[in-house]
Amino acid sequence: MKYPLTYPGNDGGMNERIKRLRKQSIDTPTTLTIERALIETAFYKENYGKMPNCILRARNFYEICRKKTIYIGEDELIVGERGPKPKAVPTFPELTCHTVEDLHTLNTRELQPYFISEEDIATYEREVIPYWQGRTQRERIFSHVSKEWEEAYHAGVFTEFMEQRAGGHTAMDGKMYQRGLLDCKKRIAERIASLDYINDPLATDKQQELEAMDISCDAAILFAERHAELAEKMARETKDEKRRAELLKIADVCRWVPAHAPRDMQEAIQMYWFVHLGTVTELNGWDCMNPGHIDQHLWPFYKKGIEDGTLTREKAKELISCFWIKFNNQPAPPKVGVTALESGTYNDFTNINIGGIDREGRNAVNEISYMILEVQEELHELQPGLSVHVAKVTPDEFILAATKVIRQGHGYPSVFNPDTYTKELMRQGKSREDANEGGCSGCIEVGAFGKEAYILTGYLNTPKILEITLNNGLDPVSGKKLGLETGDPRTFTSYEQLYEAYHRQMLYFVNMKLAVNNYIERMFSLYAPATFLSLFIDDCIEKGQDYYSGGARYNTTYIQCTGLGTITDCLSTLKTHVFETGRYTMDEILKAVAANWEGEEKMRQYIINHTPFFGNDNDEADAIAVKVYDDLVDAIEGHPNTRGGKTQLNMLSTTCHNYFGSVCGASVNGRMAKFAISDGTSPAHGADTQGPTSVVKSLGKLDQTKSGGTLLNVRFVPEMMKSEEDLRKLGSLIRTYFNLGGHHIQFNVVDTETLHDAQKHPERYRDLLVRVAGYSDYFNDMTPQLQNEIIARTENEAF
Amino acid sequence: MRLFDVKRFAIHDGPGIRTTLFMKGCPLHCVWCHNPEGISYEPTRLFTASKCIHCGAHETEGVDACPTLALQVAGKDWTLEEILKTVEKERQVMEESGGGVTLCGGEPLMHPEALVEVLEALGKKGFHRTVDTTLYASWETVEHVAAHAELFMVDLKHMDSVQHEKYTGVGNEHILENIQRFSAMKQRPQLWIRIPLIAGVNNDEENLEKTALFISSLPSIPEQVNLLPYHDVGKAKHTRMGTKYNPKGYEMSVPTEEQLAQAQEIFNRYGITTIIGG
Repeated sequence: MKYPLTYPGNDGGMNERIKRLRKQSIDTPTTLTIERALIETAFYKENYGKMPNCILRARNFYEICRKKTIYIGEDELIVGERGPKPKAVPTFPELTCHTVEDLHTLNTRELQPYFISEEDIATYEREVIPYWQGRTQRERIFSHVSKEWEEAYHAGVFTEFMEQRAGGHTAMDGKMYQRGLLDCKKRIAERIASLDYINDPLATDKQQELEAMDISCDAAILFAERHAELAEKMARETKDEKRRAELLKIADVCRWVPAHAPRDMQEAIQMYWFVHLGTVTELNGWDCMNPGHIDQHLWPFYKKGIEDGTLTREKAKELISCFWIKFNNQPAPPKVGVTALESGTYNDFTNINIGGIDREGRNAVNEISYMILEVQEELHELQPGLSVHVAKVTPDEFILAATKVIRQGHGYPSVFNPDTYTKELMRQGKSREDANEGGCSGCIEVGAFGKEAYILTGYLNTPKILEITLNNGLDPVSGKKLGLETGDPRTFTSYEQLYEAYHRQMLYFVNMKLAVNNYIERMFSLYAPATFLSLFIDDCIEKGQDYYSGGARYNTTYIQCTGLGTITDCLSTLKTHVFETGRYTMDEILKAVAANWEGEEKMRQYIINHTPFFGNDNDEADAIAVKVYDDLVDAIEGHPNTRGGKTQLNMLSTTCHNYFGSVCGASVNGRMAKFAISDGTSPAHGADTQGPTSVVKSLGKLDQTKSGGTLLNVRFVPEMMKSEEDLRKLGSLIRTYFNLGGHHIQFNVVDTETLHDAQKHPERYRDLLVRVAGYSDYFNDMTPQLQNEIIARTENEAF
Repeated sequence: MRLFDVKRFAIHDGPGIRTTLFMKGCPLHCVWCHNPEGISYEPTRLFTASKCIHCGAHETEGVDACPTLALQVAGKDWTLEEILKTVEKERQVMEESGGGVTLCGGEPLMHPEALVEVLEALGKKGFHRTVDTTLYASWETVEHVAAHAELFMVDLKHMDSVQHEKYTGVGNEHILENIQRFSAMKQRPQLWIRIPLIAGVNNDEENLEKTALFISSLPSIPEQVNLLPYHDVGKAKHTRMGTKYNPKGYEMSVPTEEQLAQAQEIFNRYGITTIIGG
């Protein structure tokens, strides 16, 4: 269902340029480009071992910037692509080298294919693959881990983010709009000049890292200049006067940024875009680069342009639209193996933050915030993702404008609470100002923008850990003994005894994962320093240390825990029916579960309908959730990482709750084998029957400031959000949750009928976006399993 | 107080986000009633065949043991304490949204003692109170209850008493008189008039004109007038009750967009702004 746009000042939609660029971006198929791999492989063949790794990486980046194909499309105002053309995705063989078989699969698979020619595959086989065998990060990591770790990993007890991707989560602050790369070079030179080689034993390391950063500056400046040259050439060749002027302006812009600080809005956007491309070309950090609070960053340029008459609102919006389309032109690099199952999407998780608060904690909503809502609504592309930030100081009118976009049902914006997440950040040791400047990136992960390397290391499958506990250490799905022998649960005489067994098992697996995390971090520090990204994260230059080696002001390592709703309901089931009422024995329930409830539908239904479940504002069930959550925090939080920071918990799931469900047998809460476990901190599918207030109240009982982010999915039927008054009520629900300490809430506004129809007639719903976890995806690009899961999410009939 | 349902997060039962308490028992039996299980004061069995797995649990262990909730009984006596505890759970969202509690039915005025006891207690706790009623009760009852509520939402179904009786079982004289007296009160709760708009029953021009005239000539103007387009949710409920919806087969249908616009136009002519839905 579509509703008219009603923002004040909206000019009523995309202009012809934006329509053409958007169409091109959506219609262009995703392809793989081997250009980056070829340049890199040739460079490594000649240079590996001849220089420190940080210099090697910087020069490799320079080489790519010097040689890669430069693209400027018709109509474009903001320029630059990661590949040789839009939606061409490079590979990163230094991290994971795809095999010929992988490439064939990617080329031919039905969902989310990455097209590549036979010729390119042959070249890859000849030129790229042989060199990288035994030299990739992935191989370094898997050759190190213990047998126990590997078995638990393959059984789906946890995943590992860093085994084929570089640590991501890089959201920017505002410094690039105040200082260009020439300023960075100057500061680097000063830092090198001040090194004390007598009293600082690491001075030489710092010198090398700083020199590498300097090379990275040159690389990005060269990359921009090559765009200027191409734009000038195109300007000479075009017959269209208007386009010639645009191309000359582009050339001007690219000669100025990123070398210097931007002077107008176009330069500000282009500045960020070059920084973005540099970061995602250097490495394939998941949760790809993010400009952070872009409305705050662009505001001074907009204001100045309007005041001096060089800019109009329309022109500003056109530039933002061009910028937005650039994000959509960059699908995520293809994953392999378990990671492809756990996060199978083109989405590279750029999550732009608007609204919220500024560094001083004041309301930060401005005209650009509203403009971005309009752009997001009009373009409704897969990328970028958008989040609105709603603090106590945020005006109701901004929430109303955001709910109007939410109502469109494209799955964004998601909604975050700065009043909670700044507390999370300060609890982790950030200053008040750095926390205020922070926000959320990727899906829901909190960070101090421009000042933190916060690295996710993988998901933990808590329902699986309970499953292993209930089988005394054995994984019934793989048949392998993965965990501790915590006792036959049939012999347990109290709920406390059962919980204690789970708790021991949980600690065992958390520690197993922690033990390997630090090794993996070191592999990035040693082999894949990010010398370009380090330029933009305080205090890498000051410290002379890389982003991956503790250069950032704050350094956090996350483990993401998944399935809180499911494990709570499972524990509540056993507590209620085995240890309290005695309606069923442990043996009866475990037998039924082992048989995937075959022949036990009566028991299954009774459990589903007569057990206190999480998400109903039921104090007994919620107390279990709080205990599970607090114990996860205690187990994970506070271990030192290799970068001078600490480990923390967050409660993200992305699409991993599907993968994790697929590796679990049936659960005692009535869940069938293979079906998804609960996502984020949301209630399990269909467990919440008391309406959304009850859901937010249950979640409000968790002390969310102890996490680095929680995730709540709520689905609404658009039919029930017709009037402005309805939308204001939705706004009240958001406020209520945030008053209770909620971190994040997001809405899937689609009716079941539409989704069923979309399954039957995918061709009619090519643009149907739905919110999956912390991001949106095209419904057509999802597996039937994930589609079914979206349909099964509780539909709030009240709305 | 005997309730057949409690709905949390009700967003169409008055201002803001509310908790609605559905009181059992109603002197009317409107053929389109969407809560027919609320008409009788006696507990009402509801059975959803599609959910039943034929386990027979209710025969041996009682209705509460039905594993799938295919079988449920609508109608349970709640203590004041239970009601307050349930309502209290929604306090934050009510305060944030300017909501409160709605007493609905059935016909809440059918049990004024229980109603006033609950309303008084809610008032002491600072909740906004709405009574959703047909005003089919003695004037003394209306007046008594009115002292304990901030808003009355009153249904107005038909201006012709014969027609009214045909579709609801009772004439409308009493209702119209009570609306008039209510609106004439010196200090009264807010008054919202809600008209279920049912094509074939009450959306003809003559009835709408009469309705608009009636409202516009009330001693005080209602704060809000809603037109509620008919829907046949009641059908499924009757199936679950094992009774027949609209047994006499009256013609009833959902008003079209044009019909809604026409109805609004008629009210506009009498200076009454109407809201579709509510």
